[in-house]
Amino acid sequence: MRTLLYSLVLLAFWLLLSGHFNNPLLVGLGLGSVLLTVFLAKRMNILDHESFPIQLSPKLPRFSLYLLKEISLSNLDVLRRILSLRKNPISPRVQTLPLPHKTDLGRVLYANAITLTPGTVTLELQGDNIIVHALSKESAASLATGQMAAAIPEVPAYANPAKGSPA
Amino acid sequence: MTILDLLSWLCLTLGGLVGVIGAFGLLRFPDFYSRQHAAGTTDTLCAMLILLGLGLQAGLSLAAFKLAAILLFLIITSPVATHALANAARQSGLKALTSDDTSDDNSGSKP
Repeated sequence: MRTLLYSLVLLAFWLLLSGHFNNPLLVGLGLGSVLLTVFLAKRMNILDHESFPIQLSPKLPRFSLYLLKEISLSNLDVLRRILSLRKNPISPRVQTLPLPHKTDLGRVLYANAITLTPGTVTLELQGDNIIVHALSKESAASLATGQMAAAIPEVPAYANPAKGSPA
Repeated sequence: MTILDLLSWLCLTLGGLVGVIGAFGLLRFPDFYSRQHAAGTTDTLCAMLILLGLGLQAGLSLAAFKLAAILLFLIITSPVATHALANAARQSGLKALTSDDTSDDNSGSKP
């Protein structure tokens, strides 16, 4: 199931990137390269719920919209601070926040969402905590409300036991 | 000049402006970690606006799909690179500049 879907996605990607729809030789070669890629991915055993997370797809559109809104708002905030005439427009700080997600994928998504919004950068994951550098008191506070953590799509079926200290 | 052209140029100009402001912040902010936030605006909002502007120029075509793919890969890869840099700085012992005192009395005046 996953393999079939992966092949279809790759094929669609190849077709859309190349734009060759009616030259049998080129389409055949594209098909060949897709099959080779799928074969190699199967052989290397890297085609799983982490590399190709189809279980998340129903929740992705809503999450993308949320992320887009957060990115825009925090961008405006950082731009305002850059252009601010005050002597000290920023109040940088390092904060440790709880990491409520059980799956590795959920943790990665959360950490990357934090880094993707300007004003906050993930420094380190430590067990069940996440260490974050924030540009200002306000951005740190808005992160501490846990609103973003709650918005991360997570499918508990793939939950694995939380690791002691993922490097 | 159609309305689409106008929107596209608006996006491109705003994107360029955000990039310049981000570069300005890179010079203005005091330490490595806070500079990363300024650089972060250039690889999110700036890139998004410029790609959107180009996409409006391209119309509904294969080029627009490629631009969308670029945006997707940028959004997946850039936080990884930013985190790798920040984590490397932390691992090698770079202390983040923190200022709780100076900002507290200022921020009350402006939300």
